[in-house]
Amino acid sequence: MSAAQTTRTADKPTEAPPEHRREWAHMALITIGPVVVALVIGGLGLIAMGGNPLTSYSYVAGRGLVSPSGLPATLTRVGPPVPIAASPIGALPAGVSDLGGDGAVPLGAVLVAAAGPALVEIFPVWIVLIVGLLIGAVVGMLWSVVPALLRAYQGVNEIITTLMMTFLGVSLANVLVKLAFLDPTTTVPQTRTLPVEDRLPRLFDTTVSSGLLIGLAVIIVVHLVMTRTAFGLKLRVVGANSKAAIHAGLPVPLLTVMVFGISAALAGLAGAVDILGTQGNVRADWNPAYSLTVVPLVFLARFNGFGTIAFVFLFSVLLIGGESAARKLGVPNYFSLVIVAILLVVLGLTEYLDQRRQQKVRN
Amino acid sequence: MGLFTEAFLTSLVLGAVVAGIPLLLAGLGEQLSEKAGVLNIGLEGMMLIGAYMGFLIAYVSGSTTLGFVFGALGGMAVAAIMALLCVRLGLNQIVIGIALTLGAEGITALLHNIQFSRTYPRLDAMDTLPIPFLSGIPVIGPAVFDRPVIVYIAILLVFVMIYLFRATHLGSALQAAGDKPAALDAAGVDVIRTRTVAVLCTGLFAGLGGAFMSIVGAGVFVPFMTHGNGFIGIVLAMLARGKPLWVLGGALLFGACLSMTTALQVAGVDIPTDVIQMLPFAMVMLVVILAGRRASLPLALGSSYVRGAR
Repeated sequence: MSAAQTTRTADKPTEAPPEHRREWAHMALITIGPVVVALVIGGLGLIAMGGNPLTSYSYVAGRGLVSPSGLPATLTRVGPPVPIAASPIGALPAGVSDLGGDGAVPLGAVLVAAAGPALVEIFPVWIVLIVGLLIGAVVGMLWSVVPALLRAYQGVNEIITTLMMTFLGVSLANVLVKLAFLDPTTTVPQTRTLPVEDRLPRLFDTTVSSGLLIGLAVIIVVHLVMTRTAFGLKLRVVGANSKAAIHAGLPVPLLTVMVFGISAALAGLAGAVDILGTQGNVRADWNPAYSLTVVPLVFLARFNGFGTIAFVFLFSVLLIGGESAARKLGVPNYFSLVIVAILLVVLGLTEYLDQRRQQKVRN
Repeated sequence: MGLFTEAFLTSLVLGAVVAGIPLLLAGLGEQLSEKAGVLNIGLEGMMLIGAYMGFLIAYVSGSTTLGFVFGALGGMAVAAIMALLCVRLGLNQIVIGIALTLGAEGITALLHNIQFSRTYPRLDAMDTLPIPFLSGIPVIGPAVFDRPVIVYIAILLVFVMIYLFRATHLGSALQAAGDKPAALDAAGVDVIRTRTVAVLCTGLFAGLGGAFMSIVGAGVFVPFMTHGNGFIGIVLAMLARGKPLWVLGGALLFGACLSMTTALQVAGVDIPTDVIQMLPFAMVMLVVILAGRRASLPLALGSSYVRGAR
């Protein structure tokens, strides 16, 4: 019902502004409308639980955006999920549902965290950082080899295999932290820590790591490759109709393996960015698991890089604001999970209604 | 070898059953959906709601039976949302599935936080129903044939499903809805309704599986307690190629791996839990590598059906 209202408001800007401006307004409305609706539904839930949605939300917004440390904190948090989001932008349009990111992230992170402090004693910082990023990407790529080959040459569904590799990767990362790369100087089960001065530089005296820039650059490059290059077109043809792609003479299995490689490398890179930029080490049982959350966001942004960045940013505001609100107001942090879920459903519904409306216009 | 004492074997088989039954129920449920062409990524969420509802009702009413009923209903409620959004409206099954899982995680954790986070109440162990004669067998007897009734029901469901798929009209309708929905439509059977029934049953099974975890397995509800079991269920269903008996076998195998830690501790062997947790997944990968080529999935899996669309 509430989603229907959103599309009705989306109909409004028909007072003949230039065509493209109308399209932008329309896009903005079908993107922002659902967010408002989701927050309203979430607010009703808060009232039902005896909370006050207005104070909670303004606190979340204040913490996530306005307060002096809020925006940088949010930007710091956006850093790791952004390269992760680049991974499905490349994979999903190519018909590869790679859900293995959550395994590649901790695994890449652990090996980077193990190599970083050792390398930094020998090489200058910039070499260590570049090597670190490479290690993350390569580890991610290696972790996808089996699912990639199985999918490309045996036709095995990659959702099973990549989920399995995720579970394996999380456990293996833990084993590595606890058994192989344990920091002998503390009792906390974690790897050795990369000194703060040897990490990716911070932006303008804030806590925001330049890892964020890497993430944004990666996502925009992937977006451009997918939409503006022949390679991207080939991948999209494979994704749209692999039989047609074979008829067109495209090396479908090879392209599929490449997509897996790129997608998993980006996931591993995200792990590396997180370690080199923000964390500095990996604690045992560290499992960020944001890749599975990012996948639906990418779907909803219709594989558009810029839309994805906006969604990931919003998502991070909700998470970080939600965390501080939870601490401050005694509202449990889990609430932001519910909001994200509602948001996904409402966004999906909006898209459905919008498509129906467009069909009616066409007929 | 001293490892294979009767105590070790009993605890291993018992663990396989206790950890395997939720997987069995979830896998059988997912198999139904997948047969009908719906990839149900929300399985984890359905199990979690089932676990919460099952525990809550069993705790409040004091009746585990009532707990299971409401656990199943809880799972079904989540499935109803899935059916409405993905089957009727044709929204993306992966997006909605993940959304439902996240939402279920958040809601159950919130409610648990409000109700039980200070007290952490526990349920008493469920009464078992020893099957005469069979429960006297060493190792297998106490582990399999001296269990709560729900265990027998779950195993019985395997054979119900075999019958359903092989010998009933609904079974072939499900198969058609997954392989060639347009043909089913042309034969005069409502595709949407067939798929809706399948998804609702999935929710029922998954909810029951979740309730088993909280009521029988743990005796307590803990946030996020299904811990990937729903995803293992999805994998089991995909590997089973539409055969319920394979789901049973896979579930017991996975269950054995999951419970290996406790069994090894009983035997006095100390292997890091993380290594042992990798066992079931490594095994699946091995099976997939060896037998992957013959894995088959319904042709229309994951795509929504729109009448007349090409």
